[in-house]
Amino acid sequence: MKKNIGRGGFLAACIAPAAILFFIFMILPTLNVFRMSLYQRGAYSPEETFIGFKNFMMLLNDAQFIRSMQNTILLVVVVTIVTFAMALIFAGILTREKIKGQNFFRIVFYIPNILSIVVIAGIFSAIYKPENGMLNSILGLFMDMTNPILWKGESLVMLSIVMAMIWQAVGYYMVMYMASMSAVPLTMYESAQLDGANRVQQFFQITIPLIWTNIRTTLTFFIISTINMAFLFVKAMTSGGPNGASEVALSYMYSQKDAGLFGYSMAIGVVVFLFSFALSALVNKVTERQTLEY
Amino acid sequence: MRMKKLFAGALALSMSMSLVACGSSNTNPSTNENDGDPYAKFAGTTISVAAIETAYGTKMWEDVAAAFEKETGIKVKLTTEKNLEDVIGAAMQGGEFPDVIHLATGRPAGLTEQFIKDNNIAEITDVLSMTVPGEDVKVSDKIAGGFTDTSLTNPYGDGKTYLAPMFYSPCGLFYNQGLFEEKGWTVPTTWDEMWELGEKARAEGIYLFTYPTAGYFDAFLYALMYSVGGPEFFDAATHYEEGVWDTEEAKTCFEILGKLASYTNPITPAQANQQDFTQNQQLVLDNKALFMPNGTWIVGEMAPAPRAEGFKWGMTALPAVEKGGSGYSYTWFEQAWIPAGAENIDAGKLFLAFLYSDTACEIFANATDADGKPTPAIQPVKGIADKLTGDNVMFYSIYDNGAKAAMGNFAPFDAIPGIEVSGVFFEPINSLVSGKLTVDQWMADIKAASDQMRANLK
Repeated sequence: MKKNIGRGGFLAACIAPAAILFFIFMILPTLNVFRMSLYQRGAYSPEETFIGFKNFMMLLNDAQFIRSMQNTILLVVVVTIVTFAMALIFAGILTREKIKGQNFFRIVFYIPNILSIVVIAGIFSAIYKPENGMLNSILGLFMDMTNPILWKGESLVMLSIVMAMIWQAVGYYMVMYMASMSAVPLTMYESAQLDGANRVQQFFQITIPLIWTNIRTTLTFFIISTINMAFLFVKAMTSGGPNGASEVALSYMYSQKDAGLFGYSMAIGVVVFLFSFALSALVNKVTERQTLEY
Repeated sequence: MRMKKLFAGALALSMSMSLVACGSSNTNPSTNENDGDPYAKFAGTTISVAAIETAYGTKMWEDVAAAFEKETGIKVKLTTEKNLEDVIGAAMQGGEFPDVIHLATGRPAGLTEQFIKDNNIAEITDVLSMTVPGEDVKVSDKIAGGFTDTSLTNPYGDGKTYLAPMFYSPCGLFYNQGLFEEKGWTVPTTWDEMWELGEKARAEGIYLFTYPTAGYFDAFLYALMYSVGGPEFFDAATHYEEGVWDTEEAKTCFEILGKLASYTNPITPAQANQQDFTQNQQLVLDNKALFMPNGTWIVGEMAPAPRAEGFKWGMTALPAVEKGGSGYSYTWFEQAWIPAGAENIDAGKLFLAFLYSDTACEIFANATDADGKPTPAIQPVKGIADKLTGDNVMFYSIYDNGAKAAMGNFAPFDAIPGIEVSGVFFEPINSLVSGKLTVDQWMADIKAASDQMRANLK
């Protein structure tokens, strides 16, 4: 018995530092976000007034918040679908096909992921430049560019952000899928081939089902990271402009904090928190399958 | 036992230290024998000063802090950062405030505005009647006229001063003088002449106008409101008075903005962000747009940029509405202030007063950036014109050449979700240029927002 207490005490002592740090730096601030969303207060003023759910009621009537939420949802959906598809296809090609310079492609695809977002914003600023920008120069070979395409103009700015985000994210997910794809035994493909299955059938019938657990995990990653990355991209590339056209939920939250509405911005934080939680849970539920063993 | 000894030792040490401190303050060279050391009560005080690092560089702040230390014996702990809000923000949220903050309104993070909205700034009206350290002149006798009468220094409109005016710069329309000479064009003095020039330029494939970001419309709109309706209209508009946006003056203002949008280089909004705004400024350097609203810092900011042959900076006030009317140039200035939660408010006030001393003004006017290039910061004090050199002589003489000075800003109001001055009055210009918004829609939005701002006026 005494020995058990000693062992338990030792385990508790081992876990305690991490648990305490996690509580102080993760749980407490999160709870505080929920608490502060019920108050009216400025960021630097000690005074706060309890106003219940009024911040949330105001959110419903705030056209700018609704637009920023729409932009966020657009990014989550489009960036996830396109990145997911591209990463899967590239991973499939790079693991299953014999291509010259496989490692080279692997690195090239992965590099955007290690670049800082500010650097990426700089690169895309040169690509999207209306005059002499890379994209408009290339398109100028095929069409008249007297009125240049304004990639960061009001109509196209979200598309431009989507393209930059996909470019940045593909490599990361591709490497993740490649890791699990290379764990699929080659014998399966061989027997499928004998049964007459072609490459595409093999991809959908063998590869996808066998890496399904991995796919499910990455879908949650997609949701969380797109919401977070969108903030960085918007801040660095467009500052939310022109005229708020590229504002996303987190950048709007930030701007409301700067406008002196700390409680209100915390309410936006709560909405984003619940939104990403609910969406992840939903995606997790919908993609539930029996795990295949091999 | 050992602890006790240590404690006693520490006590003795601290006592001798305080004796040393007394000794040093007695032998302070600036001590006046007749009335004692005026700064004696600050002996041993250290104030923390946080100043935004801008194009003026940081060396001038170090020099001014050293000069202040020499004059008063008060030590200065200086923080200068480009992203000052992020550096001092967290500590301030924890209740730890610098004693003096030099940070202007109108920055994206709006930190100064937040302090104004929260009534979190210490009143400094008495600084105006203080004697400048090291001199026998009152602060109010040094600051140039008008600078302490605006809503930028007296935000609550009660005649009390909360923010000290700092480095000023006339704002106006910047253009390429060389191009005007080459084409034989004259700089327009009325808006009608402006539109005529717009047509002439269009025929040559040059757009009349561009702007770095929509934020630069603050100085522009303020000067425009002055030139259309004078100070009365400006006051009414910046205090969101009922019906002010239905007046003829307001309509004229927005008609001009609407027309200007149609003469603006259409690629402007796509580059009007923090990342690409220099590309819009480049349009003027490349003769792709004639005018842009800006401030005197543009010369330094675009110094390394390539430019059209024969390029020469020119600056003009906003044109008058009618022939013979007055053109206006907005006087942009920064602010220094003391947070209400600061520990050493009195010593902070002394520092503010010192910023207007001849010594400090000299240091600011001779400021250089990290590469040693001159980047003069001009304090709003009387007689500063004699200290100007280079392009600045021409820029700062704008008021001597007939332009009137416009000062002030939109009055602060209690924060309203989704409604900010820049989002309502400046940002929509981007949509106006790209044709996503009409002047009538914009005015309707302004009216709706203005009603709420009035209801929440401080």
